[in-house]
Amino acid sequence: MTIFVIARLTFREAARRKILLAALLLGLIYLAIYGVGFYYVNQDTTSSQFGPGLLELNQIRNFLFMAGLYVVNFLTVMMAVLTSVDTLSGEIASGTIHTLVSKPLQRWEIVFGKWLGFVGMLSLYLLLMAGGTIVLVYAISGYIAPNVLRGLSLIWLNAILLLGVSLAGGAVLSTLANGVLVFGMFGIAFVGGWIEQIGSFIQNQTAVNVGIVSSLLIPSEALWKRAAFEMQSPLVSALGFSPFTAASMPSQVMVFYGMIYAVLALMLAIRLFSKRDL
Amino acid sequence: MSATISTRGLKKEYGDKIAVADLTLDVEQGEVFGFLGPNGAGKTTAVKMLLGLISPTSGRGEILGAPLGNHRAREKVGFLPEHFRFHDWLTAEEFLRLHGNLYRVSSGLLETRIAELLDLVGLERHAEKKLRAFSKGMLQRIGLAQALLNEPDLIFLDEPTSGLDPVGRRLVRDIIRDLSAGGTTVFLNSHLLSEVEITCDRVAFIRQGEVLTTSSLQSLVEGELTVEIRASNLNQAVLDGLARWGDNIRADGDHLSLTLSSEADMPAINRFLVENGVDIYAIRPKQLSLEDLFIQVVGTEGGL
Repeated sequence: MTIFVIARLTFREAARRKILLAALLLGLIYLAIYGVGFYYVNQDTTSSQFGPGLLELNQIRNFLFMAGLYVVNFLTVMMAVLTSVDTLSGEIASGTIHTLVSKPLQRWEIVFGKWLGFVGMLSLYLLLMAGGTIVLVYAISGYIAPNVLRGLSLIWLNAILLLGVSLAGGAVLSTLANGVLVFGMFGIAFVGGWIEQIGSFIQNQTAVNVGIVSSLLIPSEALWKRAAFEMQSPLVSALGFSPFTAASMPSQVMVFYGMIYAVLALMLAIRLFSKRDL
Repeated sequence: MSATISTRGLKKEYGDKIAVADLTLDVEQGEVFGFLGPNGAGKTTAVKMLLGLISPTSGRGEILGAPLGNHRAREKVGFLPEHFRFHDWLTAEEFLRLHGNLYRVSSGLLETRIAELLDLVGLERHAEKKLRAFSKGMLQRIGLAQALLNEPDLIFLDEPTSGLDPVGRRLVRDIIRDLSAGGTTVFLNSHLLSEVEITCDRVAFIRQGEVLTTSSLQSLVEGELTVEIRASNLNQAVLDGLARWGDNIRADGDHLSLTLSSEADMPAINRFLVENGVDIYAIRPKQLSLEDLFIQVVGTEGGL
């Protein structure tokens, strides 16, 4: 299958870049700092003579776990965008695309192959980072957050969604313009998400609506919020507010919207690239 | 013989700019077809349309019996792009393996083919070297090998010798000749007229996106030629007598020029002049070169 030839090429190209090396290095530094930090916080809280009960302990552990996954989510999303932002535009600009598209394969195979390659790389990266965090937390404290698999799937979807947007942009825009587009959209989602949180906290419906509109524009922040909601401890949900949890939690419909969005972004990338003169 | 490439009125517009106005061509199987024109005439755009890299604004065409843009047709097509920019982080061998896989060459066959081709283009000692470390000429050679991986029925070479030294040029010429002998149709985009003159069977001239004329190089060689004669003792009877071999006779003092239908008449003319008491100082055939023809057809403005 030529799709897998392209996927392998993409994976190899991304893997040999300094971006991946830097991301892996940063990831390892994060895991090291996180592990040490978690260890001492855990030791302090458990050995304190006014020792909190297991309920409060798990509260603290969950909070720290969410902080860790917040970083993992951020790093994975950055990886998704930074590695893919120039994969089409760069090959078009340099002309390396000419020897590919003149082969007996269809344009969609190139885009889909690249997508697969990046999905493979991102999945491995997420598995390594999130897996590392989970293993550290478990090894030190024996704590496992609820619904971890569902939460990680949502973070994964978040990265895939941005990957699709970045491919679609790269099919028609220059690398720089595409980078501005994707990070701009990411920024809108981020700010919109927080406006929604605060709006929901102070019960301002307009602010909540602004957030919802921004989530419809690009549901990346909403997916993280939902992931955080899935993995937060039941007590936090009951109490209502922490930096990593959601006062207004994105609904299942938003998750479904995120899936559709990711698929449509990939289809748009294929369509734009297929129609393009090279 | 069937047409390997056949196009009717292919046109490509970019907004107001017309890159190719009317491309109507028939290239026969096994032919070495030269596509000539000044820079910016639309040669590369035309090739890209034939390969399906660019979709035409209007018109239609077929390569190897399939409509333009059909990926199946490209199974037996090779292409060496003009600027030969490749994934330069691959080694020569990896690069050929990648493109062989894209051509769906079976893996057993591919390894022998890669070895053969590296040998053919003289890069067997650089198989393990990354393309990043290649010179321009080496890149063009590996690009050519890439275009031959699938043993193509039709190969497009866009300025295939631009980066090569004379040895490399001869290599490309030999490869083109072998391909043609094996029945492969070669579509050669070039502005190096001497190259085209040596290798091509037929040429098309293109200017401002329009095919002005196509002609076979054979007719160029065998066609009419003008002979210039410098001689004294010329008289009207002699001039009249020359009319049986050629026309367009012009005499100016000791200089005489006439157009012959064939080179074979030259000895007879020589004999005739001598027998009629003319003293000959020089007889010079002036063959029309491809360069003359190019300037005649395309004009001297060149590419702007």
